[in-house]
Amino acid sequence: MNNQYIISIEGLKKHFLTSGGKFTALNGIDLNIRKSEFTGIVGPSGSGKTTLLNIIGSLDSPSEGKAFVLGRSIGDLNVKQAALLRRSQLGFIFQSYNLLPVYTVFENVEFPLLLMNLTDLQRKKMVMDSLDWLGLSDKVKSKPAQLSGGESQRVAIARAMVKKPQIILADEPTANLDASNSHNILKMMVRLNEEFGTTFIFATHDEKVIGYLKRKITLVDGKIATDETIRN
Amino acid sequence: MKLLFKLAARNLLGAGRRTWLNVIVLSFSFIVIIWHKGILDGWDRQARNDMINWEIGSGQFWQSSYDPYDPFSLTEAHSTIPSEFDTIVKNGHMAVILVTQGTLYPSGRIRSILIKGINPEQKVIRIPSSLFNNQKEGIPAIIGKKMATENGIRVGDAITLRWRDIHGTFDANEIKVVSIFDSNVPEIDAGQIWIPLPALQKMLNMSGEATILVSKSAEVSKIVPSGWKFKSSENLLQSITDIIKMKSAGGYVLYIILLSLAMLAIFDTQVLSIFRRQKEIGTYIALGMTRVQVVGLFTLEGSLVSVLASLLAAIYGIPLLALQASRGMSLQGASDYGVALADKIFPFYSLGLILTTLILIIVTTTIVSFLPSRRIAKMNPTEALRGKLQ
Repeated sequence: MNNQYIISIEGLKKHFLTSGGKFTALNGIDLNIRKSEFTGIVGPSGSGKTTLLNIIGSLDSPSEGKAFVLGRSIGDLNVKQAALLRRSQLGFIFQSYNLLPVYTVFENVEFPLLLMNLTDLQRKKMVMDSLDWLGLSDKVKSKPAQLSGGESQRVAIARAMVKKPQIILADEPTANLDASNSHNILKMMVRLNEEFGTTFIFATHDEKVIGYLKRKITLVDGKIATDETIRN
Repeated sequence: MKLLFKLAARNLLGAGRRTWLNVIVLSFSFIVIIWHKGILDGWDRQARNDMINWEIGSGQFWQSSYDPYDPFSLTEAHSTIPSEFDTIVKNGHMAVILVTQGTLYPSGRIRSILIKGINPEQKVIRIPSSLFNNQKEGIPAIIGKKMATENGIRVGDAITLRWRDIHGTFDANEIKVVSIFDSNVPEIDAGQIWIPLPALQKMLNMSGEATILVSKSAEVSKIVPSGWKFKSSENLLQSITDIIKMKSAGGYVLYIILLSLAMLAIFDTQVLSIFRRQKEIGTYIALGMTRVQVVGLFTLEGSLVSVLASLLAAIYGIPLLALQASRGMSLQGASDYGVALADKIFPFYSLGLILTTLILIIVTTTIVSFLPSRRIAKMNPTEALRGKLQ
């Protein structure tokens, strides 16, 4: 593993057992990602984008090959170590926001910090900073059901960024948003990437997202078909 | 753990009606269990107190042939009062009772009874034997309210009494009812009359003899004179203990049904919760919780239902139960069943009863909440994140 890369993947394969037999979702992925990249994994449905993102996020493990994230081999982590890695270094943004329905906006954003043993005062400051940054200060007490799609995704971004993770993994973050909201969200993510140096990795097939990417990795049938640097 | 408590409380209160429905059902079970057990405990206490105060004192010495369930043994069940007890008897700290069979003729009817002679100076049991001293002529008698009601006897009535003396000779005389006492203990009331011991000893030609000696202090049990056997108060209370035990066993069926209903509701909610909240479970794991923590969170949510139920039960249960504890529960005519049962039972809610019930409910709820939550440990977080049923 090379130290200049925040993510380093070698010969990664992932198989699933289905009723129809063994299905190979990833078939020999070699990939390196540097810190502060704004990278998208694109490709048609079933190409393995989400599977790759899940392995990088330590939610799944490789069947073959190696995947190093922040110097740790995902396949060798036990359940607790994987949870600790996600808790401290990784942020997630999901297509359907995955906000906790009974919590307020403040409590949703505060949730990752609760797992990190911070004081009430520290947590409050960090949550309010994140919500201010995303223009959600007036929604602190709202419940997810009272928010629009764009607002919900902004809360999800606030929740992902509040602990200042090194990597944010976003799985189809704009799939449920209209064009205007999608552009707003993406602009915020670009700002986050530029201001804090957070590495972003998207799994998407949305052209609007692709327009913002600095690097585009195209997956086809579980293999990298192209890997293009769009802009520096 | 503190974090899990905080999250579980948030989730539970956030779930609104679903939570409160379970809380209400469980709090109802909680109250009914405590109320029912309180009634039985109240009955137990009242029956024990009444039997100790009215019948058995701190224990009894029985003449060795005496068997309360064998009336034929009564003719033999009498001996001279042991001299060891002379001072105690004289001080009134021992009730001396002589028992024989007899026949009473109230209002022209015939009624087989037990005649019990008791020393008027005794201060051990609550039979008002000192009233004998007010009647200077004839044979004064005291009877219980039940005996009086059944036979239409009133204070001041003179009734013919027939008995057989030690030689088997029949004799008869008139007794005069000087008092009717009100006791919940049928064993000293139904089918019997109380007269002064010296009078009965004279009637039977059994001077200085007795059948039962009721002691005020358990200390005297250390001296057991020959020809006598000691029956401790626990031994004599065994019958009522057995009845309460039997009633308690019946009560357990009620508790099991009530608890099962409440637990079924909680189990159902947990199972539904785990199915409906798959995405949430996946999100918890993605945000850095371990699966064990998520299992703990869901189990704790279930357990907290029992804590909320206890709080709710305290809000409406304490005034309700306290009201009944002060007013009692009417059981008019219940002593007709032949056990020491007062017309009114005052439930007794001990701290032990409340704590035991509380622990029982919390432990049961925790187990019932944990069982379905174990599924979470086997869940694939990536599938859970997509809300896919597993």
